[in-house]
Amino acid sequence: MRDVAIIGVKNTKYGELWDRSLRQLVVEAGIGAIEDAGVSGKDIDALYVGNMSGGRFIDQEHIGALIADYSGLSRNLHVPATRVEAACASGGLALRQAIMTVASGYGDIVIAAGAEKMTDVCSSEASTALAAAADREWEGMAGATFPGLYAMIARLHMHKYGTTSEQLAEVAVKNHSNGVHNPIAQYRNKITVEQVLSSIMVADPLHIFDCSPITDGASAVVLAPAEIAHKYTDTPIYIKATAQASDTIALHDRRDITTLDATVVAARRAYEMAKVGPKDIDLVEVHDCFTIAEICAIEDLGFAEKGKGGLVTAEGETAIGGRIPVNTSGGLKACGHPVGATGIKQAAEIVTQLRGEAGGRQVDGAEYGMTHNVGGSGATAAIHIFSRNR
Amino acid sequence: MSVPRFWRNLGSRYNLEGTHCKECGEYYYPPRDTCVNCRRLGKIEAYKFKGTGEVVTFTVIHTAAEGFEEQTPYALAIIKLDEGPCLTSQIVGDPEKVHIGLRVRSVFRKLGSDGERGMIYYGTKFIPDEA
Ligand SMILES: [Zn+2]
Repeated sequence: MRDVAIIGVKNTKYGELWDRSLRQLVVEAGIGAIEDAGVSGKDIDALYVGNMSGGRFIDQEHIGALIADYSGLSRNLHVPATRVEAACASGGLALRQAIMTVASGYGDIVIAAGAEKMTDVCSSEASTALAAAADREWEGMAGATFPGLYAMIARLHMHKYGTTSEQLAEVAVKNHSNGVHNPIAQYRNKITVEQVLSSIMVADPLHIFDCSPITDGASAVVLAPAEIAHKYTDTPIYIKATAQASDTIALHDRRDITTLDATVVAARRAYEMAKVGPKDIDLVEVHDCFTIAEICAIEDLGFAEKGKGGLVTAEGETAIGGRIPVNTSGGLKACGHPVGATGIKQAAEIVTQLRGEAGGRQVDGAEYGMTHNVGGSGATAAIHIFSRNR
Repeated sequence: MSVPRFWRNLGSRYNLEGTHCKECGEYYYPPRDTCVNCRRLGKIEAYKFKGTGEVVTFTVIHTAAEGFEEQTPYALAIIKLDEGPCLTSQIVGDPEKVHIGLRVRSVFRKLGSDGERGMIYYGTKFIPDEA
């Protein structure tokens, strides 16, 4: 197997983009990433696109073909294009497919993109589409919503470990504070713990400010074999590990409601592959679809002792400048969460950081970065480790 | 949800019918045809649950799923049945009374509906078991 590097990245603006279509967004990201990499369309061997629910959000399936077509890769070049779906982890899995394609030698220059257009439907339709990431027949039919499932994780985490609503709120406050410095972020305003706690209750104990928003957006990265990456860029960022794990589709079937075993196992596989441990990682983008999800993530990835995720967040250890900066992009909470795009945006953020191009949110001297992308309430986890050095 | 999709599982939804693996002893609700532990070597049989258990965790839903709007606020819980498996269900009654560890038992209730004129779904919910 060959080493793989990322040689180009691009995110569109994330937000409620009423005037932009899915195909426009993903073409903007794709072309931007290709330009950043300095490759041309005829160099591209394959395209993967993470998209959760084109069928529900815009009545469009066959997203791979659509994107290849409108990127100018179909009628003359006939580049193979594959849509990858794993709910909110679709982007992370698209990246993993692209990495495996390059590592195996089936392709050299490969694009991994992610996109979601969520605001063409009303918010209740969007919620129903998102709830399809859980078990429709045995969770959804009982009246479960996505916030409801994570609220049940939060409730038990509070009960077992003494985690507080204030600690949950600190996650949102930190991520908004990071989003201020990210030009693509949906929200670039600071918020306070009091604002989170006084926002409307969605599913007790989660307030609306504990939840990531509905977002339109697309992201893309360009991959190449490590041995030729320097042909295209002075700062290739190397993939040190790609790992994925599954767990039960329904939250109620998990071994422990407050631990995402898929995260734990994927992290173990990733650390083994990269031959590093949590202490070597300089920054991480985790899947904070809800504030409690970030707390569980930093515990399950090994950055905090189980049960202490809220505490270390409140103490500032996960802020930029802290022991392990988490979600410098603003995370899903402030940067926004176009579900299929998120896993790719996380990779683009780590690449930007490791190149030293993150501006006001730069983590100085970062060598190793990690991404953590979750599907549903934890049935899929995709984890990647990146480094400045091969 | 389509009529056949609901109708297929009526026994499970109305009567808490699940499955049991005679090989390893594990109980499954919702029912599984393949044992998670034994896979192809499992011996699966139908099993009707007693319908008693306790609350593992819960939430009070204020922003409802589609079809559940008229029920808010409602308590949604993960309940561990006495035979072992956990399921997701609503707890009927005052959401304020629900707590982790609460003993509950199953009852037959309306679950939700497809809009005002649409199909009404019935099935199992739970109530506090204070006997
Ligand atoms: Zn068995």
